[in-house]
Amino acid sequence: MEIKILGTGCPNCITLEKRVRKVVNENNIDAKITLVKDIVDIMAYKVMSTPALVINEEVKIKGRVPKVDEILNLLKL
Amino acid sequence: MFNWLQNISDFLVFKAFGLEKQSHLAEALNFFIYDTAKILILLFVIIFLMGIVNSYFPIERVKNYLSRKKLYGLEYFIASLFGTVTPFCSCSSVPLFIGFVSGGIPLGVTFAFLVTSPLVNEVAVGLFVGLFGVKTTVIYVVSGVLHGTFSGMILQMFKLEKYLSPWVKEILANAQKEQDAFLQEKQSFKQRLPIITAEALKIIKGILPYLIAGIAVGGLMHGYIPEGFFQQYMNKDNLFAVPISTVLAVPMYSNASGILPVVQVLVAKGIPLGTAIAFMMGVVGLSLPEAMLLKKVMTWKLIAIFFGTVTVCIIISGYLFNVIF
Repeated sequence: MEIKILGTGCPNCITLEKRVRKVVNENNIDAKITLVKDIVDIMAYKVMSTPALVINEEVKIKGRVPKVDEILNLLKL
Repeated sequence: MFNWLQNISDFLVFKAFGLEKQSHLAEALNFFIYDTAKILILLFVIIFLMGIVNSYFPIERVKNYLSRKKLYGLEYFIASLFGTVTPFCSCSSVPLFIGFVSGGIPLGVTFAFLVTSPLVNEVAVGLFVGLFGVKTTVIYVVSGVLHGTFSGMILQMFKLEKYLSPWVKEILANAQKEQDAFLQEKQSFKQRLPIITAEALKIIKGILPYLIAGIAVGGLMHGYIPEGFFQQYMNKDNLFAVPISTVLAVPMYSNASGILPVVQVLVAKGIPLGTAIAFMMGVVGLSLPEAMLLKKVMTWKLIAIFFGTVTVCIIISGYLFNVIF
């Protein structure tokens, strides 16, 4: 699975990254996590608010930091 | 409305701590306890209410609306109005900017949004109600919205598209009035409520240290600086007070929660409200970190024009406030 975290590096983006890594590690999910910091690349996903969570090239969450169990639900699907 | 809170704080200071009435320490402490509690309650209520509006009014909907409708000049006002309900984190300014521009929304309208969004945000409004009362808050919000509207109109007249960064110009050239399908969260109010509440608490937690520090400094000044102390230096007749405080405020970063409580005491001690509001708008509305972020989409020249226009508008509204009050 390919997970991307879109964000220019604000505190919320960092929180989201930490949370996703935690969920992935704790549940032994096979995933590649990439941080997309460049604004030109972020805009390719047409998000207007960061942070955003992209799973397999599909924007799942944007503009907020989801709770751990919400992330887990998204990753399990 | 908050009499009960004053009673509790009186009780704590004079009875529980046994401090003497009229002593500087007692007054400062009383002010501190009462103000902190009152402001926290009001902040929570405002952030919560704005959170509800924002949950139903996602930014994509705003964008689609603005690029779809023909509004005959009203779009500046509407963009500015939308700016008040969207939460503003400086790191969102660039994606927002690009999203608006790529949706075919004129640069001036985008600026109108960009000016109001940090100026009238949930934290600033909550603090304003708590510190200055409802009437002043309404005036602040209305002038904030008008501020965004006029700044946007003025900036549109300058035809600034040529000063955008090259990659943004490219986007602009391909801009379509397309309606982006956006991820809409289909949730009931009951499902949204915990998220909104958690978000409100998180915001408050984040600003709490600054707020308490600000109120503590304010409390000390309240107890120790005599009434009307500043009147001799910064009265309404001093024409330089407004521009100087605005220019001083611009480089300060947006921590309204730390600065507003101090400003309130300054007003109580004789600084004219217009001067104080101009200072506030400078602190909240414009900041160097924001300029650094905008650098990614604009040339320095455009940033300078943008900041310059907004600063001039702030100074004008500062004078206006001083005339009205």
